[in-house]
Amino acid sequence: MQSQPVFNHRWLPWLLLLPQLAITLVFFLWPAAQAVWQSFLMEDAFGLSTEFVWFENFSVLLQDEIYHRSFTTTFIFSIGVTALSMGGALLLAVMADQVIRGARVYRTLLVWPYAVAPAVAGVLWMFMFNPSIGILSYLLEQLGYDWNHFLNGDQAMLLVIIAAAWKQISYNFLFFLAGLQAIPRSLIEAAALDGAGPMKRFWTILFPLLSPTSFFLLVINVVYAFFDTFGIIHAVTQGGPGGSTSILVYKVFDDGFNGLDLGSSAAQSVILMAIVGALTVVQFRYIERKVQY
Amino acid sequence: MIENRPLLNLISHLTLCLGVLVVAFPIWIAFVASTHAPEALNSGTVPLWPGDRFLLNYAMALGLETGQKTLNVNLISMLGNSLVMALGITIGKLLISMLAAYAIVFFRFRFRMLSFWLIFITLMLPVEVRIMPTFEVVADLGMLNSYSGLILPLIASATATFLFRQFFLTVPHELIEAARMDGAGPIRFFIDILLPLSRTNLAALFVIMFIYGWNQYLWPLLITTDEHYYTVVMSIQRMLSVGDAEVAWHLVMPSTLMAMLPPVLVVILMQRLFIKGLVETEK
Repeated sequence: MQSQPVFNHRWLPWLLLLPQLAITLVFFLWPAAQAVWQSFLMEDAFGLSTEFVWFENFSVLLQDEIYHRSFTTTFIFSIGVTALSMGGALLLAVMADQVIRGARVYRTLLVWPYAVAPAVAGVLWMFMFNPSIGILSYLLEQLGYDWNHFLNGDQAMLLVIIAAAWKQISYNFLFFLAGLQAIPRSLIEAAALDGAGPMKRFWTILFPLLSPTSFFLLVINVVYAFFDTFGIIHAVTQGGPGGSTSILVYKVFDDGFNGLDLGSSAAQSVILMAIVGALTVVQFRYIERKVQY
Repeated sequence: MIENRPLLNLISHLTLCLGVLVVAFPIWIAFVASTHAPEALNSGTVPLWPGDRFLLNYAMALGLETGQKTLNVNLISMLGNSLVMALGITIGKLLISMLAAYAIVFFRFRFRMLSFWLIFITLMLPVEVRIMPTFEVVADLGMLNSYSGLILPLIASATATFLFRQFFLTVPHELIEAARMDGAGPIRFFIDILLPLSRTNLAALFVIMFIYGWNQYLWPLLITTDEHYYTVVMSIQRMLSVGDAEVAWHLVMPSTLMAMLPPVLVVILMQRLFIKGLVETEK
């Protein structure tokens, strides 16, 4: 990269960089710095005076039962979404990889949910699970199962997991399919000649060779479940019933905007930034390794 | 094909068909619901086959036709706002990240790497984690309830800058040398050579960014309180919050389907570019 011939100009590069840098500074770095600063401040009950309290917001937060619960909720939600969407996508990708005809048609029919907004996905599933008029809740009732996600926290959680996973399947499917098609045919043919059946070939060849793709998708899906699913929660459950679907991102919003607890909301933001930072680092370290792989 | 196993092939097709059906089922139900009268929806269960009120329901949802029940929002204006926001974010992102990547790759200046890292770090700061302070900044700048407020804070993009950088690094040296030999300056080189070369990349990124822009939820929710600036995706939830009244599902469903149609069409019609954009940006 250094050997590339370049242009010399005193101010032009700065002019070119200016828009991007200005927006980054004003809307990203400055607010992030503000969040860190505010996380050390505490307002009194009337918002009249603020006081510098060092790490008190954090210590209050870390001892807060509700915050612990929100962490647990987020973990259950992420694991559910990741497992469901990656499992489903892997199954479909493996099938699409081995059909003789029509793989492209299936791909077209499976990619479009990627374009559906999380909030819209939430509303579509909420409609089907609507306790009084939903088709799925009706079927469940016929089976003797009473569904009401407005009252039952576990059912509400299941509903947002299904909606979030549904939207993400297409993304995972595309990457799994690309990963499978990149595996050399000769390897699979050799195994087939040696008498390995389809199941055996999957577990001993395809699955291990897919591990870079799987790991990459794992990180992406966790990031998705942590941060991009705000719309689903807000549109479908509003964190309820009784906080049972209040994931971390929703709680930051709720405490800051509805609760007006700025110090705590800022401290939660800082914790979330640390989580995104860690996930990004993991993701990029892995990318570097993939290049050698 | 590795070996011919008709049974396995059959099972694969069946599984895939089942998968396609499961994925499409919510849309089918929503579509069916969007073609029925409210009485058919609110009594017992939703029917499985379309009714005869397709045109009427869609016209009513769009406010072109009036009925006893209407939506508490103006759908046409919201679709327009969504389009403005999506296009604004897309074009803004492409423009500023392409310029930034051009500066970083083709010029040598002080703090070049520092600039790169400053841009790169935005990857770690999605809106969701800095909600309150970003809101305050935008409020201080007087950009609440405005298109600039909807668009500007979202157009800094590390991923697009990163992608353009990667692409620019692959442009052969000879091209630059030849251009310089012929007396082309940096601006001329950008417009006449780099821009045409980047066409496919631009189109692929356009698809991804358009979807990103159209589907924004949290940000418009925070900064718009004036109905004239509501976007359609964030308003679906508003249509459902009608207190104790019955939800007008026969109008909510047409609205929901119209809210998801533009990005879905973009993905289906530009599938090849979409997949290219997806695979290249997300790494």
